[in-house]
Amino acid sequence: MMKGRNLPLNQRGLNFEMLMWYFTRLSALAMYVLVLVAVIGALLMGARTQMNLADVLRWAFMPNSIHVQSTNVPDLAPWATTFWKVSGSLMLLLAASHGVHGVVVVLDDYFAQKWVRQLVRALSILFLVPMSIIGLYVLWTS
Amino acid sequence: MASERNVSLLRGLRYKGEGPMLTFILHRIGGLGIVLFVTVHILASFLGGKGGQFINAIYEHWLFQIFVYFCALFHAINGLRITILDLWPALLEYQREAIWLEWAVFLPVYGIAVFIILRTALGG
Repeated sequence: MMKGRNLPLNQRGLNFEMLMWYFTRLSALAMYVLVLVAVIGALLMGARTQMNLADVLRWAFMPNSIHVQSTNVPDLAPWATTFWKVSGSLMLLLAASHGVHGVVVVLDDYFAQKWVRQLVRALSILFLVPMSIIGLYVLWTS
Repeated sequence: MASERNVSLLRGLRYKGEGPMLTFILHRIGGLGIVLFVTVHILASFLGGKGGQFINAIYEHWLFQIFVYFCALFHAINGLRITILDLWPALLEYQREAIWLEWAVFLPVYGIAVFIILRTALGG
């Protein structure tokens, strides 16, 4: 049994893993909110354009105007406003950090050596930062 | 801190974790599938051109769509269950009921989409 497992709440302290435990759950809730906002937006802006479920969902997961290019939407302008770019950027950053941390958690279950775990963490940062920048670049230049 | 594993693969496979274990494994597969898809998708839309179109063709294939939709939907629904039960631990007592509820939501939503994907892909 791990030491400290049964410590009362006020003696457990706050460390990075604990914060990330909260972040994983709270970012999930935040992404649910963002998806809901995007669905409502798509239903408002896409009404009368025969959007099907797949088009709405594609927009819901990432509100980027490229995602409705191939639909019957007559004007892309309302789909490419700053509001949707900020919303999409939030989705990207939340999803990327949630996902990369998730990969670290999975890899920790298979590698117990300290140096491998540190390597995994270093590689995860090296992966997260450029991918976030590339994603933001795509979002804001499209 | 770091735990040494002395459980063989065979023994691990025979572990009878039942419903909760299944959701745990599917949650991992789903999460890794999403990471894979999102990474490739971001790179493809960044590169564009011939390479981007080639990668687009892969994930527009109906087999890939069925896979990635499973990953996204299961991870989202199971993640919501984990979030709710973890943030309100009193509910953990009803974990198995929550998992049954989760399947009751997941199966119809996933099944209808797979039916439509297959009908579009094969029926034309």
